[in-house]
Amino acid sequence: MFRNLHSKIAALPMIATALFIFVGCSLWSVFYSFTSSRSLPVEKFVGFDQYIRLFKSSRWAISIENVAIYGVCSLVFSLSVGFLLAVFLDQKIRFENTFRTIFLYPFALSFIVTGLVWQWILNQNFGIQKVIQDLGFEGFELNILSNRDYAIYAIVVAGLWQGTGLVMALMLAGLRGIDEDIWKAARVDGIPAWRTYLFIVIPMMRPVFVTTLVLIAAGIVKVYDLVVALTGGGPGVSSEVPAKYVYDYMFGRGSLGQGLAASTVMLTTVLIILIPWGYMEFGERREKKKPASE
Amino acid sequence: MKDVKKRSLPVNSASTSSIDFTGPNGPKPKRVFSTRNIVVYGFLILAAMYYLLPLYVMVVTSLKGMPEIRMGNIFSPPMEITFEPWVKAWDSACTGLYCEGLKVGFWNSVQILIPSTVISIVIASVNGYALSFWRFKGSEIFFTILLFGAFIPYQVLIYPLVIILRETGLFSSLAGVTLVHVIFGMPILTLLFRNYFASVPVELFKAARVDGAGFWRIFGQIMLPMSLPIFIVAIIIQITGIWNDFLFGVIYAGTKNFPMTVQLNNIVNSTQGVKEYNVNMAATLLTAALPLFVYFVSGKLFVRGIAAGAVKG
Repeated sequence: MFRNLHSKIAALPMIATALFIFVGCSLWSVFYSFTSSRSLPVEKFVGFDQYIRLFKSSRWAISIENVAIYGVCSLVFSLSVGFLLAVFLDQKIRFENTFRTIFLYPFALSFIVTGLVWQWILNQNFGIQKVIQDLGFEGFELNILSNRDYAIYAIVVAGLWQGTGLVMALMLAGLRGIDEDIWKAARVDGIPAWRTYLFIVIPMMRPVFVTTLVLIAAGIVKVYDLVVALTGGGPGVSSEVPAKYVYDYMFGRGSLGQGLAASTVMLTTVLIILIPWGYMEFGERREKKKPASE
Repeated sequence: MKDVKKRSLPVNSASTSSIDFTGPNGPKPKRVFSTRNIVVYGFLILAAMYYLLPLYVMVVTSLKGMPEIRMGNIFSPPMEITFEPWVKAWDSACTGLYCEGLKVGFWNSVQILIPSTVISIVIASVNGYALSFWRFKGSEIFFTILLFGAFIPYQVLIYPLVIILRETGLFSSLAGVTLVHVIFGMPILTLLFRNYFASVPVELFKAARVDGAGFWRIFGQIMLPMSLPIFIVAIIIQITGIWNDFLFGVIYAGTKNFPMTVQLNNIVNSTQGVKEYNVNMAATLLTAALPLFVYFVSGKLFVRGIAAGAVKG
């Protein structure tokens, strides 16, 4: 008990955060999602009523659909574009640092800033649409911010602009970690570079891809600020996302139980992604008994 | 690092130079405008333009007057440069409630940023140190929970935290939002420091133990002096992360203490009055200034910071 006492005292904030915040507060939220709480939490249990209401809500359905669109597009494009950028940067080029700095700087900006910039660029009276119309293409239309079907894609474009640099940086680090001999061997065998990338390098970079995937996925579930800044969820509710649904019901509409039910669904989704990953990552490592080189 | 780059090029003829040729000697001269170069640089330059475009648009828009914005297009450089939008954004832009400009938010953000950064790094560095050298029963379990906590959607935790802060009287205050930042910064920072201290040779620690140094003394006199780089990485992570935060600011800080991002959003997306796009863009740039500055100054350390959480440790 008193061994390592100082260490235990020093770790108190960590222990408290882990237990009371991450475990305790999560359980609290799940618990109260089964109540009829409105603006304040009450212990009046209504079973799965909040969840039934949630899945009947058209706004929630739209939110789910939007986060799915955003998620699939972000994953596909940020992984492919990020990898491609990293490969091109890895070609022993000049000005590598300059290019890398340019690709990564949006990642230093907040989602609010990102959203507001793209709101201005996509502005239907003064933005890209007007520029191209002025060039002589009178019929050109790009008012995706005011179009119910396409507003979510504006969020995708802005999100990709902000986040692809991170993927590029991670991939570049992964590429640099590949043993030089692999490349020599491939060259001796006369395998073209693109095939080496596709069939040798990418499989070797599996851990980097998995980690990047998890990072992007965690970001997708959390997407909130970007929507608030870029579209405000509009037009109408056409670009709502789950995180915003939760916030609006908890603080805007005084329907706490509903917000908590929605947040519990978000938590469940994350756990479904996270647990297999954690199992893979840590389960494997335990089997290998930590190689000395790591 | 350098020799890593020697690859995947059209085979470099340097390897044949050991054979004694008569006649032209040395590596084949490279052509500047080979197809490969055009493809590679063409792609990179196009991509760079896409990434730079929004920054360019922000800057030119913020330097134009409103009449010019209405007449021209967003890409044209300003005909008459004016700094009025910047002054207005800083000093008198309206958020819908009052018209004091972004400076209020700026100072709020500074007041949130400094204590949050300092406290979270102090706690996390001690945690990381304890987890590396002074493991106790259960320490790894708490650490694993902490790491999983980093992935819990904030939406699950925000309401219970509101209650905790309300009960302790910290809700709607700078102290409250600081506490929230310390909590949510802990997983990534602890991971960062733990991994760093894990790479410190354990002999160093043992030698100090033999000499009779205790927990705090080893930390203060041996670990701290040698871990300056990782502290800088942690500072970078926290500065950009906390400055760019929106959600915690809007919930926990209270109307009076709204950080810069929240105020910026209120200014730009306020529905009242005529939209002044130049002021909006100046305000956006002002909010982006600090993280951009940190990014350009820190360079490679920034990359290390963002990769720290990602590349497994």
